[in-house]
Amino acid sequence: MAEATANGLGQHQLHVAHAHDAATGVAHAEVHQEHPIKLYLVVWAWLFILSTCSYLVDYFGLHGYLRWSLILIFMMLKAGLIVAVFMHMAWERLALMYAIILPPILVLVFVTMMVFEADYTLLTRMVFFGAGP
Amino acid sequence: MTEATVTHIGQAAPRPAGLQGIAADWSSDQRAFKNVSWGKAMMWIFLLSDTFIFGCFLLSYMTARISTRVPWPNPSEVFALHIGGSDIPLILIAIMTFVLISSSGTMAMAVNFGYRRDRRKTAILMLLTAALGATFVGMQAFEWTKLITEGVRPWGNPWGAAQFGSSFFMITGFHGTHVTIGVIFLIIVARKVWRGDFDIGRRGFFTSRTGRYENVEIMGLYWHFVDLVWVFIFAFFYLW
Repeated sequence: MAEATANGLGQHQLHVAHAHDAATGVAHAEVHQEHPIKLYLVVWAWLFILSTCSYLVDYFGLHGYLRWSLILIFMMLKAGLIVAVFMHMAWERLALMYAIILPPILVLVFVTMMVFEADYTLLTRMVFFGAGP
Repeated sequence: MTEATVTHIGQAAPRPAGLQGIAADWSSDQRAFKNVSWGKAMMWIFLLSDTFIFGCFLLSYMTARISTRVPWPNPSEVFALHIGGSDIPLILIAIMTFVLISSSGTMAMAVNFGYRRDRRKTAILMLLTAALGATFVGMQAFEWTKLITEGVRPWGNPWGAAQFGSSFFMITGFHGTHVTIGVIFLIIVARKVWRGDFDIGRRGFFTSRTGRYENVEIMGLYWHFVDLVWVFIFAFFYLW
């Protein structure tokens, strides 16, 4: 019951909490977010620039470690900008941030396992079917 | 009763900074995401599970690509378009990327105007986002048609490793489904905003609960996630 009431009043209370924080100058994670439009436009422009850069990597036909590292760098920068600014993760409470950001890192463990597994499969195939077509 | 009062949204208990604060939030029998509404927290957790789904798709693609003896088809050539007398590598995919990023931008704007209670701008921006999303799906349909007429099948293709087709159709197909669902979701929420459901506290058709402008942000989280997944697909499938 109390929970339901709290939810119903949520908007109003947030406004109050916000005003109170602003008055006292207390740093406070807020649900109610209003950021200047310029911020979104800047991030948007950066996403365009980074996408163009990663397309140019292919256009100029770079290859080898240079290609892979550039692709990964542009990818991580784009992903970071989208999650941090567009999805407002940068302003969320730390407990939520860690709960969402940490688990996907475990996928990297899975990646490592599967790289070994795939190498092993390739080796077996080469042993039994010959080195290539 | 007392507990509910202590942990309701908007009045997060003061916590020490850093890891100690996280431990304090998560420990003892209480609500972990203090001032995050349930709707938003659950959307984030859904997106986390979706991350694992797409992670597994990309992982299986990686495994297939590493373990095959047959050379992988060069995506730069496969996805080239013949424009103006010359082949431009990957051009359609690049345009699709820009379309999706633009839709993410308009969605971010919509969320912003939603919190400013500007119904008209919010709804228009959301519909623009939906239109860009539909454009993306249309271009993807074009791409699929082109590849299928060229002979790409889940079990083989004219250029190399047979696993190329199955990886391509699974990954882009699943992503396209997400975009399609997102477009439908966007149109539904845009209609609610336009009608002023969140201002007058009209109850939803499906849940019979009143919505808030935060619903626009939750919708936005889903849409940005679709864009985020495309960033990874673009890097690993098309560029690698």
